[in-house]
Amino acid sequence: MSYNFPPDAERVVEIRKLWTIFKSPDGDQVVHRDLDLTIVRGEVLSLVGGSGTGKTVLLRQILGLEHPTRGEVTVLGRPPTQLSAAGAANVGMLFQHGALFSAFSVLDNIAFPLRELKLLPDDLIRDAALVKLQMVGLSPQQATKSPADLSGGMIKRVALARALIMDPPLLLLDEPTAGLDPDSADGFCDLLRGLHRELGLTVVMITHDLDTLFDLSSRIAVLADHKVIVSGTTREVIAYPHPFIHDYFLGGRGQRAMEALHEGTASRPAPLSER
Amino acid sequence: MPTDLPMPADAPEAQGAQPRVDEREQEGGPWAVASGRWTVLAMSSAPAWAALSDSLKGVPAQDDRAWDLRPIDQLDHIGAQLLWNHWGQAWPARLEMDSQHKAVLDQVALYTCSAPVEAPVTLAQRFKAFAHNGARMMIVARDFLALIGQLTLDLGKLLRAPHRGPWRDFSGQIYQFGTTALPITALVGLLIGVVLAYLTSQQLRQYGAETFIVNILGLSLIRELGPVLAAVLIAGRSGSAITAQIGVMRVTEELDAMRVMGIPHGFRLVMPRVLALAITMPLISMWTSMAALFGGMIAADLSLDISPAYFISALPRAVPMSNLYLALSKSAVFGVLIALIGCYFGMKVKPNTESLGRGTTASVVTSITVVILVDALFAVLFKGVGLR
Repeated sequence: MSYNFPPDAERVVEIRKLWTIFKSPDGDQVVHRDLDLTIVRGEVLSLVGGSGTGKTVLLRQILGLEHPTRGEVTVLGRPPTQLSAAGAANVGMLFQHGALFSAFSVLDNIAFPLRELKLLPDDLIRDAALVKLQMVGLSPQQATKSPADLSGGMIKRVALARALIMDPPLLLLDEPTAGLDPDSADGFCDLLRGLHRELGLTVVMITHDLDTLFDLSSRIAVLADHKVIVSGTTREVIAYPHPFIHDYFLGGRGQRAMEALHEGTASRPAPLSER
Repeated sequence: MPTDLPMPADAPEAQGAQPRVDEREQEGGPWAVASGRWTVLAMSSAPAWAALSDSLKGVPAQDDRAWDLRPIDQLDHIGAQLLWNHWGQAWPARLEMDSQHKAVLDQVALYTCSAPVEAPVTLAQRFKAFAHNGARMMIVARDFLALIGQLTLDLGKLLRAPHRGPWRDFSGQIYQFGTTALPITALVGLLIGVVLAYLTSQQLRQYGAETFIVNILGLSLIRELGPVLAAVLIAGRSGSAITAQIGVMRVTEELDAMRVMGIPHGFRLVMPRVLALAITMPLISMWTSMAALFGGMIAADLSLDISPAYFISALPRAVPMSNLYLALSKSAVFGVLIALIGCYFGMKVKPNTESLGRGTTASVVTSITVVILVDALFAVLFKGVGLR
């Protein structure tokens, strides 16, 4: 099933006929087969799929960290490997466990991509890093701490601030709310929604957290059978007949999450898809 | 949603839209007019940054000039921060700008603050930190002693119930520490033997004492150089591996998982490694000595015409058997020490990458130092053994 984009939408990521095969002595393992996916400017796309369907691999291929066996990935109109020259200004990535540099303080972590330009004055960099630190909801007092002293939620926030330091138009999130308590997860979702609105980001997200999924996504793409079987709004995806989708969204957890969402729509801000 | 999103790197239109500020007379007063793409990408090349800095210097913030930001194509947080800092972190008297740029600047204005200052280190704190070194050395000594004590207890446990010992791990470690180290130790030993033989042959020929090369090579290589050389190589190779392996287990919480399951670290991790090195170290040391003697024999044949047959027949007369026993026992002690030091620093690693690197370095440096110290101790203690 294909999704109809607005005709003037700018395509941020285009994946065409992508094959990923992991070679091993026991036989090759096909992860992606003829996978197509287009991501347009301004949307929040959630990648959903069972374990081992290659969601993280796909994200790493968009980042240029891994290369597909066949097929083509273009990010902002060029291959991802050519982007890394100006890396942090094009794509921001929030890794699952934060991937903060443990040798640096929080502030130095956030300022790192700017410092590496070896061009901008240090006070400008420091101020910019402090602004981003507060934009993700941390206080300036946290700036001198080292990553080892932070809680899981704070690590995610610092990692997000670092990913956003150069205002990249594309932000990739790998399990942004995994390992957070419900309150922190809600806070993180609010933060992401606010940043998405303010900075006009395009967001690609892997998540298993159904609350986050329904809360943030403007579009959901389901990976199963080595390809994107369907992509569309929550309603369209749930209506698609496929055993995986049935188990995933209409199982006990899915039902509860959706009920909670419907009850909460009166008091909580509407999800992006309905704006 | 703002539409002024940053463009990809070095987009073609970047050339004509570099960020700049011009001074202009309009509406009867001096105006600073900013234009171009005020994004970190556009200003992150040396010429663009230099041009922007120069043009900013031309319009200092002190005099109350009016600012016109409407010609700006794009403004990101870094560009806004640059403007805000240029204004001395206060709004200029008169400012014209688009609403979406205002949103970015508002945010920067709201969140800009001075960095929290860390209290400077006082003299008393420095003294305390220095004084702590003494206490730390005591702690290291105590912990190391505890490790040796635990090892003794574990060995007793192994003797009482040998069938419950970690034998698979033990044999795997022997392969790792011993078998895979054979090529490198042989190569290094061979070359040292050749070099030593060539150097001494020059001197011996002056005195006509060519045949003494067998004594010199035999004694020095078997008694000293072989064991120490092998121990230094193994300390660098296996000592670091032990520390890194156990340290990574600390970082990934594997050590904690073992403890929760009730599997003691000493019995399961430390003991097999210590035993494996205690057994492989003498063998590696013999192997290195043999390679060095072989190299020396070839070099003696080439430079002094001492035939290999003579070399081999003269060797037992020149080197009493007790030297060999001394070398073997010395090597076993080296092996135990290298493994213990590796395990000790591995256990001490804190769960971060920096500590892992420091631990591995400390492990190698300490074990090489200890090997040489203990070797000197052996030399003093056994000075009456094996020397004629």
